Amino acid sequence: MALAEGDSIALSVTPDPYVTVRYAGASGDFNPIHIDEQFAQSVGLPGRILHGLWSMAQVARAVGEASGGDPAALRSLSAQFRGMGRLGEEIVVTGTVSTVADGLASVKLDAVQGSAKLVKGAVAEVRVG
Amino acid sequence: MPVPTDKIGKRFAPVLYAVGREKIREYAHAVGETNPLYLDLEAAREAGFTDLVAPPMFAVVYAGPTFLSALFDPELEIDFAHLVHGSQAFEWGSLVVAGDEITTVLEFKDSSERAGLRFDVFESVSVNQRGERVSVGTWNTIIRGEG
Repeated sequence: MALAEGDSIALSVTPDPYVTVRYAGASGDFNPIHIDEQFAQSVGLPGRILHGLWSMAQVARAVGEASGGDPAALRSLSAQFRGMGRLGEEIVVTGTVSTVADGLASVKLDAVQGSAKLVKGAVAEVRVG
Repeated sequence: MPVPTDKIGKRFAPVLYAVGREKIREYAHAVGETNPLYLDLEAAREAGFTDLVAPPMFAVVYAGPTFLSALFDPELEIDFAHLVHGSQAFEWGSLVVAGDEITTVLEFKDSSERAGLRFDVFESVSVNQRGERVSVGTWNTIIRGEG
């Protein structure tokens, strides 16, 4: 399944209340704003927030699944972190293939949760064919 | 806001990370990956890999620790309470599989000030035990001023 110009990519995921705990353990990022409700509130956050790199991993996963599961297809990914990701609310990743040239597709993606863009203007380069 | 431009180019000591099969599974589960190449040893071997394959964003696991510890380097004078991870980029080379030993060197690439915000750029270069580049990471942080 090769990506072609104009193709769209979509992935929906609802982070469960303990995903930040599992991701902290998996990634080694134990910043308490992600795992300690009281600490997060003490620094002015509404509560624990998602790791930005977890949200970026959802973008990578969306591209990987759209590339037929070839782990070597994704050549590069850049992402800007914006809104704070909340637990228990659905995140929708959407992307569009903007160009395909020299065996590389360029895909632009966003990850949105409600009215907040968690990842904005991500660009993936994906090997095709 | 003071910016440590004199520290641009600082390189941190190489960090070696040994990639474990169960760590790949743990990471894959934490981010919701279902690709059998990341989870099922038989599937990975049938596809011609020696062991489980690491998802691309597993780069965070082997290259992240040196970045996180650099944030606490007193020479960089980072105000941790006002630190935000602004953006991130990776370029990937050879695939990483369980059993690989990945060496990452982090460099403090840039530091600048704009509109009262300090923008820092770190770059991680990771190579495997055969000297093949597996990823280059660009880690961009923003430090907000007081108030």
